[in-house]
Amino acid sequence: MTLTITAQTISITSIEQLNELSGENVKLCMQCATCTGMCPMTAEMDLSPRTVMHLVQFGMLDRLGDSNTCWKCASCHACTVKCPRGIDIAKVMEALRQHVLRTNRNYIEPSALPAERIAELPQIALVAAFRKLTS
Amino acid sequence: MKISYYPGCTLKSKAANLEAAAVAALATLGIDVEEIDRWNCCGAVFSLTADDLIHQVGPVRNLVRAKEQGATQLVTLCSMCYNTLARANRIMRDDAVKRDTINRFMDEEIDYAGEVEVVHLLTFLEREVGWQKIREKVKVPLEGLRVAPYYGCTLQRPADVGIEPFGSFHLMTGLLEALGATVTPFAAADTCCGSYQVLNGEAGARSTAAVILDNAAASGAEALATSCPLCEYNLGKQQGRLLEAGQITTAVPTFYFTQLLAVALGVAPESCLFDLNSAASLDLLKTKNCLVAA
Ligand code: SF4
Ligand code: SF4
Repeated sequence: MTLTITAQTISITSIEQLNELSGENVKLCMQCATCTGMCPMTAEMDLSPRTVMHLVQFGMLDRLGDSNTCWKCASCHACTVKCPRGIDIAKVMEALRQHVLRTNRNYIEPSALPAERIAELPQIALVAAFRKLTS
Repeated sequence: MKISYYPGCTLKSKAANLEAAAVAALATLGIDVEEIDRWNCCGAVFSLTADDLIHQVGPVRNLVRAKEQGATQLVTLCSMCYNTLARANRIMRDDAVKRDTINRFMDEEIDYAGEVEVVHLLTFLEREVGWQKIREKVKVPLEGLRVAPYYGCTLQRPADVGIEPFGSFHLMTGLLEALGATVTPFAAADTCCGSYQVLNGEAGARSTAAVILDNAAASGAEALATSCPLCEYNLGKQQGRLLEAGQITTAVPTFYFTQLLAVALGVAPESCLFDLNSAASLDLLKTKNCLVAA
Protein backbone atom coordinates (compact mmCIF):
# COMPACT_ATOMS: atom_id res chain seq x y z
CA MET A 1 0.00 0.00 0.00
CA THR A 2 1.36 3.43 -0.94
CA LEU A 3 0.72 6.23 1.49
CA THR A 4 1.02 9.79 0.31
CA ILE A 5 1.93 12.06 3.17
CA THR A 6 0.25 15.42 2.95
CA ALA A 7 -1.19 17.81 5.48
CA GLN A 8 -4.52 16.07 4.82
CA THR A 9 -3.39 12.50 5.41
CA ILE A 10 -1.33 13.02 8.55
CA SER A 11 -3.20 13.81 11.74
CA ILE A 12 -0.98 14.88 14.61
CA THR A 13 -4.01 15.02 16.93
CA SER A 14 -4.94 11.41 16.19
CA ILE A 15 -1.37 10.25 16.72
CA GLU A 16 -1.25 12.04 20.06
CA GLN A 17 -4.62 10.61 21.02
CA LEU A 18 -3.53 7.04 20.23
CA ASN A 19 -0.25 7.51 22.09
CA GLU A 20 -2.14 8.79 25.10
CA LEU A 21 -4.71 5.99 25.10
CA SER A 22 -2.15 3.24 24.57
CA GLY A 23 0.66 4.72 26.63
CA GLU A 24 2.96 3.82 23.72
CA ASN A 25 4.97 5.84 21.21
CA VAL A 26 3.79 4.61 17.82
CA LYS A 27 6.51 6.59 16.03
CA LEU A 28 9.08 4.05 17.27
CA CYS A 29 7.77 1.44 14.81
CA MET A 30 10.30 0.62 12.08
CA GLN A 31 7.92 -1.50 9.98
CA CYS A 32 9.84 -4.76 10.37
CA ALA A 33 6.61 -6.84 10.45
CA THR A 34 7.73 -9.06 13.32
CA CYS A 35 4.29 -8.39 14.84
CA THR A 36 2.57 -9.73 11.72
CA GLY A 37 4.78 -12.81 11.78
CA MET A 38 3.85 -13.52 15.41
CA CYS A 39 0.13 -12.85 15.08
CA PRO A 40 -2.15 -15.94 15.14
CA MET A 41 -5.14 -14.03 13.77
CA THR A 42 -3.75 -12.58 10.50
CA ALA A 43 -5.86 -14.91 8.33
CA GLU A 44 -8.95 -13.17 9.73
CA MET A 45 -7.58 -9.63 9.46
CA ASP A 46 -7.98 -7.39 6.41
CA LEU A 47 -4.83 -5.43 7.30
CA SER A 48 -1.79 -6.97 8.95
CA PRO A 49 -0.68 -5.64 12.35
CA ARG A 50 2.33 -4.03 10.64
CA THR A 51 0.09 -2.20 8.17
CA VAL A 52 -2.08 -1.03 11.04
CA MET A 53 1.02 0.32 12.79
CA HIS A 54 1.92 2.15 9.57
CA LEU A 55 -1.48 3.80 9.34
CA VAL A 56 -1.34 4.57 13.06
CA GLN A 57 1.94 6.38 12.55
CA PHE A 58 0.09 8.82 10.31
CA GLY A 59 -2.92 8.99 12.58
CA MET A 60 -5.17 7.75 9.76
CA LEU A 61 -8.08 6.88 12.01
CA ASP A 62 -10.67 7.12 9.22
CA ARG A 63 -8.88 4.50 7.15
CA LEU A 64 -8.40 2.36 10.27
CA GLY A 65 -12.10 2.66 11.03
CA ASP A 66 -12.82 0.55 7.91
CA SER A 67 -10.45 -2.20 9.00
CA ASN A 68 -11.38 -5.27 11.06
CA THR A 69 -7.85 -5.84 12.36
CA CYS A 70 -8.17 -4.48 15.90
CA TRP A 71 -11.49 -6.34 16.26
CA LYS A 72 -9.93 -9.64 15.26
CA CYS A 73 -7.02 -9.13 17.67
CA ALA A 74 -7.17 -11.67 20.51
CA SER A 75 -4.96 -9.58 22.85
CA CYS A 76 -2.57 -12.51 22.97
CA HIS A 77 0.53 -10.31 23.30
CA ALA A 78 2.56 -12.52 20.94
CA CYS A 79 3.47 -9.38 18.96
CA THR A 80 4.22 -7.38 22.09
CA VAL A 81 6.85 -9.76 23.44
CA LYS A 82 8.76 -9.80 20.15
CA CYS A 83 8.63 -6.21 18.86
CA PRO A 84 12.28 -5.16 18.45
CA ARG A 85 11.27 -1.54 19.11
CA GLY A 86 9.62 -2.45 22.40
CA ILE A 87 6.15 -1.34 21.34
CA ASP A 88 3.24 -2.98 23.14
CA ILE A 89 1.18 -3.49 19.98
CA ALA A 90 -1.64 -5.15 21.95
CA LYS A 91 -2.10 -1.78 23.69
CA VAL A 92 -2.24 0.04 20.35
CA MET A 93 -4.93 -2.42 19.18
CA GLU A 94 -6.87 -1.73 22.40
CA ALA A 95 -6.54 2.02 21.85
CA LEU A 96 -8.04 1.59 18.37
CA ARG A 97 -10.94 -0.42 19.80
CA GLN A 98 -11.52 2.04 22.61
CA HIS A 99 -11.49 4.94 20.17
CA VAL A 100 -14.67 3.43 18.71
CA LEU A 101 -16.20 1.80 21.81
CA ARG A 102 -16.07 5.08 23.72
CA THR A 103 -18.53 6.55 21.25
CA ASN A 104 -21.08 4.07 22.59
CA ARG A 105 -20.87 1.58 19.75
CA ASN A 106 -20.64 -2.22 20.06
CA TYR A 107 -18.70 -4.45 17.70
CA ILE A 108 -20.64 -7.56 18.72
CA GLU A 109 -24.18 -7.56 20.03
CA PRO A 110 -24.54 -9.58 23.24
CA SER A 111 -28.32 -9.79 22.76
CA ALA A 112 -27.80 -11.48 19.38
CA LEU A 113 -25.98 -14.44 20.93
CA PRO A 114 -28.07 -17.63 20.85
CA ALA A 115 -28.99 -18.91 24.33
CA GLU A 116 -27.39 -22.31 23.72
CA ARG A 117 -24.05 -20.64 22.94
CA ILE A 118 -24.20 -18.61 26.13
CA ALA A 119 -25.01 -21.76 28.09
CA GLU A 120 -22.03 -23.57 26.59
CA LEU A 121 -19.33 -20.88 26.77
CA PRO A 122 -17.11 -20.48 29.83
CA GLN A 123 -17.77 -17.26 31.77
CA ILE A 124 -14.30 -15.88 31.01
CA ALA A 125 -15.04 -16.08 27.27
CA LEU A 126 -18.18 -13.98 27.68
CA VAL A 127 -16.66 -11.46 30.07
CA ALA A 128 -13.49 -11.12 27.95
CA ALA A 129 -15.38 -10.69 24.66
CA PHE A 130 -17.77 -8.13 26.13
CA ARG A 131 -14.87 -6.23 27.68
CA LYS A 132 -12.95 -6.10 24.40
CA LEU A 133 -15.73 -5.79 21.84
CA THR A 134 -18.60 -3.88 23.43
CA SER A 135 -18.87 -0.40 24.92
CA MET B 1 0.01 -25.78 55.22
CA LYS B 2 -2.82 -23.44 54.30
CA ILE B 3 -3.03 -21.34 51.13
CA SER B 4 -5.24 -18.37 50.28
CA TYR B 5 -7.01 -19.07 47.05
CA TYR B 6 -8.85 -17.04 44.42
CA PRO B 7 -11.11 -19.25 42.26
CA GLY B 8 -12.73 -16.90 39.73
CA CYS B 9 -16.16 -17.29 38.13
CA THR B 10 -15.55 -20.07 35.62
CA LEU B 11 -14.13 -22.44 38.24
CA LYS B 12 -17.46 -22.40 40.03
CA SER B 13 -19.34 -23.74 37.03
CA LYS B 14 -17.97 -24.64 33.58
CA ALA B 15 -14.47 -25.40 34.89
CA ALA B 16 -15.41 -26.87 38.27
CA ASN B 17 -13.15 -29.79 37.26
CA LEU B 18 -10.08 -27.51 37.30
CA GLU B 19 -10.85 -26.53 40.90
CA ALA B 20 -12.17 -29.83 42.29
CA ALA B 21 -9.12 -31.75 41.09
CA ALA B 22 -6.76 -29.12 42.54
CA VAL B 23 -8.41 -29.10 45.95
CA ALA B 24 -8.40 -32.91 46.13
CA ALA B 25 -4.78 -33.16 44.93
CA LEU B 26 -3.56 -30.51 47.34
CA ALA B 27 -5.31 -32.28 50.23
CA THR B 28 -3.23 -35.40 49.55
CA LEU B 29 -0.13 -33.17 49.76
CA GLY B 30 -1.28 -31.85 53.14
CA ILE B 31 -2.26 -28.43 51.80
CA ASP B 32 -5.55 -26.79 52.82
CA VAL B 33 -7.14 -24.46 50.32
CA GLU B 34 -8.80 -21.44 51.88
CA GLU B 35 -10.97 -19.46 49.49
CA ILE B 36 -10.82 -15.69 50.17
CA ASP B 37 -14.08 -14.16 51.40
CA ARG B 38 -16.35 -12.05 49.20
CA TRP B 39 -14.25 -12.38 46.07
CA ASN B 40 -15.56 -10.93 42.80
CA CYS B 41 -14.91 -11.41 39.08
CA CYS B 42 -11.37 -10.30 38.15
CA GLY B 43 -12.61 -8.94 34.81
CA ALA B 44 -11.07 -11.84 32.82
CA VAL B 45 -8.88 -9.56 30.69
CA PHE B 46 -6.53 -6.81 31.76
CA SER B 47 -7.46 -3.34 30.60
CA LEU B 48 -4.83 -2.13 28.16
CA THR B 49 -5.64 1.56 27.89
CA ALA B 50 -3.47 3.84 29.99
CA ASP B 51 -6.33 5.95 31.37
CA ASP B 52 -8.69 3.12 32.31
CA LEU B 53 -8.45 2.65 36.07
CA ILE B 54 -12.05 1.68 36.78
CA HIS B 55 -11.43 -1.81 35.40
CA GLN B 56 -8.55 -2.26 37.83
CA VAL B 57 -10.89 -1.83 40.79
CA GLY B 58 -12.34 -5.35 40.43
CA PRO B 59 -9.04 -7.24 40.54
CA VAL B 60 -7.59 -4.91 43.21
CA ARG B 61 -10.60 -5.50 45.46
CA ASN B 62 -9.76 -9.21 45.46
CA LEU B 63 -6.19 -8.39 46.45
CA VAL B 64 -7.50 -6.20 49.26
CA ARG B 65 -9.63 -9.15 50.49
CA ALA B 66 -6.49 -11.32 50.54
CA LYS B 67 -4.51 -8.66 52.44
CA GLU B 68 -7.32 -8.26 54.98
CA GLN B 69 -7.15 -11.98 55.65
CA GLY B 70 -3.43 -11.77 56.33
CA ALA B 71 -2.35 -13.56 53.14
CA THR B 72 1.09 -12.89 51.68
CA GLN B 73 0.38 -15.09 48.66
CA LEU B 74 -2.82 -15.47 46.69
CA VAL B 75 -2.90 -18.68 44.68
CA THR B 76 -4.88 -18.90 41.42
CA LEU B 77 -5.54 -21.73 38.99
CA CYS B 78 -7.17 -20.07 35.99
CA SER B 79 -4.54 -18.56 33.65
CA MET B 80 -6.72 -15.56 32.81
CA CYS B 81 -7.46 -14.72 36.45
CA TYR B 82 -3.77 -15.12 37.22
CA ASN B 83 -2.81 -12.66 34.49
CA THR B 84 -5.44 -10.07 35.34
CA LEU B 85 -4.75 -10.15 39.09
CA ALA B 86 -0.97 -10.16 38.66
CA ARG B 87 -1.02 -7.22 36.24
CA ALA B 88 -3.33 -5.19 38.49
CA ASN B 89 -0.99 -6.01 41.37
CA ARG B 90 1.98 -4.61 39.41
CA ILE B 91 0.16 -1.30 38.99
CA MET B 92 -0.55 -1.11 42.73
CA ARG B 93 3.04 -1.93 43.58
CA ASP B 94 4.90 0.09 40.97
CA ASP B 95 2.77 3.06 39.88
CA ALA B 96 2.42 5.57 42.72
CA VAL B 97 0.02 7.87 40.90
CA LYS B 98 -2.42 5.16 39.81
CA ARG B 99 -2.15 3.43 43.19
CA ASP B 100 -3.11 6.64 44.94
CA THR B 101 -6.08 7.25 42.63
CA ILE B 102 -7.38 3.69 43.01
CA ASN B 103 -6.95 3.71 46.80
CA ARG B 104 -8.77 7.03 47.10
CA PHE B 105 -11.57 5.80 44.86
CA MET B 106 -12.00 2.72 47.05
CA ASP B 107 -12.09 4.72 50.27
CA GLU B 108 -14.26 2.08 51.95
CA GLU B 109 -11.36 -0.38 51.69
CA ILE B 110 -7.98 -0.50 53.44
CA ASP B 111 -5.12 0.97 51.39
CA TYR B 112 -3.35 -1.49 49.17
CA ALA B 113 0.17 -1.24 47.72
CA GLY B 114 0.85 -4.63 46.15
CA GLU B 115 1.69 -6.39 49.43
CA VAL B 116 0.14 -9.71 48.37
CA GLU B 117 1.94 -11.81 45.77
CA VAL B 118 -0.25 -13.37 43.08
CA VAL B 119 0.99 -16.91 42.49
CA HIS B 120 -0.11 -19.47 39.93
CA LEU B 121 -0.47 -23.00 41.29
CA LEU B 122 2.28 -24.29 38.97
CA THR B 123 4.74 -21.83 40.52
CA PHE B 124 3.49 -22.66 43.98
CA LEU B 125 3.93 -26.39 43.46
CA GLU B 126 7.50 -26.02 42.27
CA ARG B 127 8.49 -23.48 44.90
CA GLU B 128 6.70 -24.72 48.01
CA VAL B 129 6.29 -28.45 47.40
CA GLY B 130 8.93 -29.39 44.84
CA TRP B 131 8.89 -31.97 42.07
CA GLN B 132 10.82 -34.48 44.18
CA LYS B 133 8.17 -34.54 46.93
CA ILE B 134 5.41 -34.84 44.34
CA ARG B 135 7.28 -37.70 42.67
CA GLU B 136 7.44 -39.50 46.02
CA LYS B 137 3.70 -39.06 46.57
CA VAL B 138 2.64 -40.42 43.17
CA LYS B 139 0.47 -43.53 43.52
CA VAL B 140 -0.54 -44.06 39.91
CA PRO B 141 2.34 -42.94 37.66
CA LEU B 142 1.09 -41.66 34.31
CA GLU B 143 3.44 -44.08 32.58
CA GLY B 144 3.20 -44.22 28.83
CA LEU B 145 0.94 -41.17 28.64
CA ARG B 146 2.40 -38.66 26.19
CA VAL B 147 1.30 -35.19 27.22
CA ALA B 148 1.85 -31.84 25.46
CA PRO B 149 2.27 -28.99 27.99
CA TYR B 150 0.14 -26.14 26.64
CA TYR B 151 0.63 -22.65 28.11
CA GLY B 152 -1.34 -20.41 25.73
CA CYS B 153 -0.95 -16.67 26.25
CA THR B 154 -1.71 -15.52 29.73
CA LEU B 155 0.68 -17.66 31.77
CA GLN B 156 3.67 -16.14 30.00
CA ARG B 157 2.79 -12.83 28.48
CA PRO B 158 3.59 -10.06 29.08
CA ALA B 159 7.05 -10.78 30.50
CA ASP B 160 6.60 -8.90 33.79
CA VAL B 161 3.92 -11.32 35.01
CA GLY B 162 4.94 -14.49 33.14
CA ILE B 163 5.25 -17.55 35.39
CA GLU B 164 8.41 -18.23 33.42
CA PRO B 165 10.17 -16.60 30.47
CA PHE B 166 8.51 -16.62 27.06
CA GLY B 167 9.49 -19.79 25.22
CA SER B 168 10.29 -21.80 28.36
CA PHE B 169 7.96 -24.52 29.64
CA HIS B 170 9.85 -25.87 32.65
CA LEU B 171 7.07 -25.65 35.21
CA MET B 172 4.48 -27.81 33.50
CA THR B 173 7.20 -30.06 32.10
CA GLY B 174 8.66 -30.57 35.60
CA LEU B 175 5.25 -31.39 37.02
CA LEU B 176 4.25 -33.81 34.26
CA GLU B 177 7.60 -35.60 34.48
CA ALA B 178 7.24 -35.90 38.25
CA LEU B 179 3.86 -37.55 37.62
CA GLY B 180 5.54 -40.11 35.39
CA ALA B 181 4.13 -38.84 32.09
CA THR B 182 6.18 -38.51 28.92
CA VAL B 183 6.33 -34.85 27.95
CA THR B 184 6.07 -34.09 24.25
CA PRO B 185 7.23 -30.50 23.66
CA PHE B 186 5.61 -28.81 20.68
CA ALA B 187 6.06 -25.55 18.81
CA ALA B 188 2.51 -24.28 19.36
CA ALA B 189 2.70 -24.52 23.18
CA ASP B 190 2.39 -20.74 23.49
CA THR B 191 0.25 -20.04 20.43
CA CYS B 192 -3.04 -18.31 21.25
CA CYS B 193 -6.10 -20.62 21.11
CA GLY B 194 -8.17 -17.77 19.65
CA SER B 195 -9.37 -16.73 23.09
CA TYR B 196 -12.54 -14.61 23.23
CA GLN B 197 -12.56 -14.37 19.42
CA VAL B 198 -14.71 -17.50 19.63
CA LEU B 199 -17.59 -15.06 20.17
CA ASN B 200 -16.63 -12.99 17.15
CA GLY B 201 -17.16 -15.20 14.14
CA GLU B 202 -15.76 -18.43 15.60
CA ALA B 203 -13.90 -19.35 12.39
CA GLY B 204 -10.75 -17.56 13.53
CA ALA B 205 -10.64 -19.24 16.91
CA ARG B 206 -11.36 -22.62 15.33
CA SER B 207 -8.52 -22.33 12.83
CA THR B 208 -5.96 -21.32 15.46
CA ALA B 209 -7.17 -24.19 17.65
CA ALA B 210 -6.73 -26.57 14.70
CA VAL B 211 -3.13 -25.40 14.21
CA ILE B 212 -2.35 -26.06 17.89
CA LEU B 213 -3.99 -29.50 18.00
CA ASP B 214 -2.38 -30.57 14.71
CA ASN B 215 1.00 -29.48 15.95
CA ALA B 216 0.53 -31.33 19.27
CA ALA B 217 -0.53 -34.51 17.46
CA ALA B 218 2.42 -34.25 15.06
CA SER B 219 4.79 -34.03 18.00
CA GLY B 220 3.45 -37.35 19.24
CA ALA B 221 1.16 -36.07 21.99
CA GLU B 222 -1.92 -38.08 22.88
CA ALA B 223 -3.13 -35.60 25.48
CA LEU B 224 -2.87 -31.88 26.12
CA ALA B 225 -2.52 -30.23 29.53
CA THR B 226 -3.74 -26.69 30.17
CA SER B 227 -4.64 -24.38 33.05
CA CYS B 228 -7.08 -22.11 31.24
CA PRO B 229 -10.84 -22.75 30.90
CA LEU B 230 -11.00 -20.71 27.70
CA CYS B 231 -8.14 -22.70 26.13
CA GLU B 232 -9.90 -25.86 27.29
CA TYR B 233 -13.08 -24.70 25.58
CA ASN B 234 -11.41 -23.78 22.29
CA LEU B 235 -9.15 -26.84 22.19
CA GLY B 236 -11.19 -29.41 24.12
CA LYS B 237 -14.91 -28.72 23.93
CA GLN B 238 -14.65 -27.58 20.32
CA GLN B 239 -12.44 -30.49 19.34
CA GLY B 240 -15.30 -32.75 18.29
CA ARG B 241 -16.50 -30.04 15.89
CA LEU B 242 -12.98 -29.64 14.47
CA LEU B 243 -12.75 -33.40 13.88
CA GLU B 244 -16.21 -33.50 12.30
CA ALA B 245 -15.36 -30.62 9.97
CA GLY B 246 -12.10 -32.32 8.99
CA GLN B 247 -10.06 -29.38 10.31
CA ILE B 248 -8.00 -31.84 12.34
CA THR B 249 -7.55 -35.56 11.85
CA THR B 250 -6.25 -36.81 15.20
CA ALA B 251 -7.98 -36.36 18.54
CA VAL B 252 -5.84 -34.98 21.36
CA PRO B 253 -7.98 -35.14 24.54
CA THR B 254 -7.49 -32.17 26.84
CA PHE B 255 -7.01 -32.10 30.62
CA TYR B 256 -6.44 -29.51 33.27
CA PHE B 257 -2.99 -30.01 34.77
CA THR B 258 -4.72 -30.32 38.16
CA GLN B 259 -6.67 -33.37 36.93
CA LEU B 260 -3.49 -35.14 35.86
CA LEU B 261 -1.89 -34.24 39.19
CA ALA B 262 -4.90 -35.56 41.09
CA VAL B 263 -5.22 -38.91 39.31
CA ALA B 264 -1.48 -39.54 39.67
CA LEU B 265 -1.71 -38.81 43.39
CA GLY B 266 -4.41 -41.46 43.64
CA VAL B 267 -7.48 -39.22 43.84
CA ALA B 268 -10.63 -41.06 42.69
CA PRO B 269 -11.64 -40.03 39.15
CA GLU B 270 -15.12 -39.03 40.38
CA SER B 271 -13.50 -36.24 42.41
CA CYS B 272 -11.88 -34.82 39.25
CA LEU B 273 -15.23 -34.21 37.53
CA PHE B 274 -14.19 -35.71 34.18
CA ASP B 275 -17.80 -35.41 33.03
CA LEU B 276 -16.99 -31.74 32.37
CA ASN B 277 -14.22 -32.74 29.93
CA SER B 278 -15.05 -34.40 26.64
CA ALA B 279 -15.66 -38.12 26.95
CA ALA B 280 -12.38 -38.94 25.19
CA SER B 281 -10.40 -37.58 28.13
CA LEU B 282 -11.53 -40.13 30.73
CA ASP B 283 -11.46 -42.91 28.13
CA LEU B 284 -7.81 -42.17 27.41
CA LEU B 285 -6.87 -42.40 31.11
CA LYS B 286 -8.75 -45.70 31.36
CA THR B 287 -6.98 -47.15 28.32
CA LYS B 288 -3.64 -46.07 29.69
CA ASN B 289 -4.34 -47.50 33.16
CA CYS B 290 -3.81 -44.12 34.73
CA LEU B 291 -6.67 -44.34 37.22
CA VAL B 292 -6.60 -45.62 40.77
CA ALA B 293 -8.42 -48.95 41.15
CA ALA B 294 -11.96 -48.43 42.45
S1 SF4 C 1 7.20 -5.57 15.38
FE1 SF4 C 1 7.25 -3.49 16.25
S2 SF4 C 1 8.69 -2.32 14.96
FE2 SF4 C 1 8.14 -4.21 13.84
S3 SF4 C 1 6.41 -3.58 12.50
FE3 SF4 C 1 5.53 -4.42 14.40
S4 SF4 C 1 5.24 -2.64 15.73
FE4 SF4 C 1 6.63 -2.00 14.10
S1 SF4 D 1 -2.09 -9.20 20.45
FE1 SF4 D 1 -3.48 -9.02 18.69
S2 SF4 D 1 -2.22 -8.15 17.03
FE2 SF4 D 1 -0.80 -8.92 18.62
S3 SF4 D 1 -0.28 -11.00 17.93
FE3 SF4 D 1 -2.02 -11.20 19.36
S4 SF4 D 1 -3.86 -11.18 18.05
FE4 SF4 D 1 -2.14 -10.38 16.80
